[in-house]
Amino acid sequence: MSLLEIRNLDAFYGDFQALFGFDFDLDAHETVAAIGANGAGKTTLLRAITGMVEATSDVLSYRGDSIQFREAAEIVALGVAMVPEGRRLFPSLSVEENLIIGSYSGRPGSWSLERVYELFPALRNRRSVPGTALSGGEQQMTAIGRALMSNPDLILFDELSLGLAPVVVREIYEVLPVIKAEGTAMVVVEQDINRALEVADRVYCLQEGRLALTGAPGDLTRDRIAAAYFGT
Amino acid sequence: MIEWINSIIQGVLTGGLYALFAAGLAIIFGVMRLVNIAHGDLIVLAAFVAMVVIETTGVDPFVSMVAVLPFMFFFGYVLQRGILNYTLGDDLLPPLLVTFGISIVIQNLLLEIFSADSQRLKAGPIEVSSVQLVEGIELGILPLVVFVIAVVLIAGLQIGFSRTRLGRAFRATSDDPSTARLMGINQKHVFGLAMAVSLVLVAIAGIFIGIRTNFDPALGPTRLLFAFEAVIIGGLGSMWGTLAGGVILGVAQNIGAKIDPGWQFLAGHIAFLVILVLRPNGLFPRTRDD
Repeated sequence: MSLLEIRNLDAFYGDFQALFGFDFDLDAHETVAAIGANGAGKTTLLRAITGMVEATSDVLSYRGDSIQFREAAEIVALGVAMVPEGRRLFPSLSVEENLIIGSYSGRPGSWSLERVYELFPALRNRRSVPGTALSGGEQQMTAIGRALMSNPDLILFDELSLGLAPVVVREIYEVLPVIKAEGTAMVVVEQDINRALEVADRVYCLQEGRLALTGAPGDLTRDRIAAAYFGT
Repeated sequence: MIEWINSIIQGVLTGGLYALFAAGLAIIFGVMRLVNIAHGDLIVLAAFVAMVVIETTGVDPFVSMVAVLPFMFFFGYVLQRGILNYTLGDDLLPPLLVTFGISIVIQNLLLEIFSADSQRLKAGPIEVSSVQLVEGIELGILPLVVFVIAVVLIAGLQIGFSRTRLGRAFRATSDDPSTARLMGINQKHVFGLAMAVSLVLVAIAGIFIGIRTNFDPALGPTRLLFAFEAVIIGGLGSMWGTLAGGVILGVAQNIGAKIDPGWQFLAGHIAFLVILVLRPNGLFPRTRDD
């Protein structure tokens, strides 16, 4: 049984349809990359999974239970966490409070404040400052730590490398295997194709709201990926 | 000179009551950006609920809080979950219109049930007892109690906002409602709790206003005005600012009354306008967890 199963997903922003009949599967402990150009529907896919956008489907299930039409808070309580695009830290909360708020759903698990600080030592000394006073990289670490604090079985990363310096991106990506080693499944939405292919067990390439290509990175040639990505 | 000092001190104490009016309004605006036009009428409603409890059971107004506070907490939660949550969104107009409607409904229901007669909650000797600070300055025990309770409540709220799980949920929801949902925060429930806490403060304010002055079903809009002025002077969303706003309003009114009794409320409105012009965001705009 898939951890996450999606069949024939349509997603909408008002009258605008962003996803068309999308199918998606994710197994437990698996890392899947969703790649595509701007407006391809990658973020919408994550928002549909977390109940943050209007969507209809034949199947939208997590651990076999339907999560269609469920509130985001309920989906998070089931074990789905999201690292949103732009980090979206809470400005009135300190770094530590931003991390603690991640554990709001109260799911038990191995992640704690201390373990997050071990994973991202840079945050320990910055724990009292507002989250928005951090550098972009530190903010991304806080956003990842915040997601881990919910002890998720699945983390959705939206544009993990966006706006970050290459050295910071490398640091962030070095953390993903640690998270994976905990048995956490991941969906990584990314425009940096090379980074995505490095960490992914499988890749979904989206184009204008539709699935253009899927497969294991080793099975896909760069030409096929480029054709699916750019629609050539 | 001593008379002016006395006016200022009495104004500070009055400010405690205004801060109680305003604190609930500040919470609601801070957490969900809802401007509650019915706030003043809810204060009056709480006073009438206390009156019914006192008349039914014969207890002291202070003891009546044991029943009135939980009732208003529950009423606030149901009001938010049952009506106001459906009005919240990008447009500020629907909650304004709906709370205006609720204001009218409360006023008319109270008028229908209790008539337009003025009422009073009798608390006994505490209403008139005072202590002499120095020659010419006497502090009423009741205003002093109200002021101390306002300070303690605002300090408690500030600590609650900064150090509790619910307080963090309030602040996160206030910062970014959609990301707060991704933290597992049930926004509708949090909004319900915010209104419930607000109406507990409203209940305390309502009981104290019932002890200090006469009240009737039409009193709400003026209390709303004082609450608005205190919140805006202090800075929207700031609890300590709300206390400062209440004190400034109270002091301005008392100084105005000292100059000429007819200037009491006018002086408060002028102080409000001056601060609004000089500091449009109030004196202490949106604090973190100070």
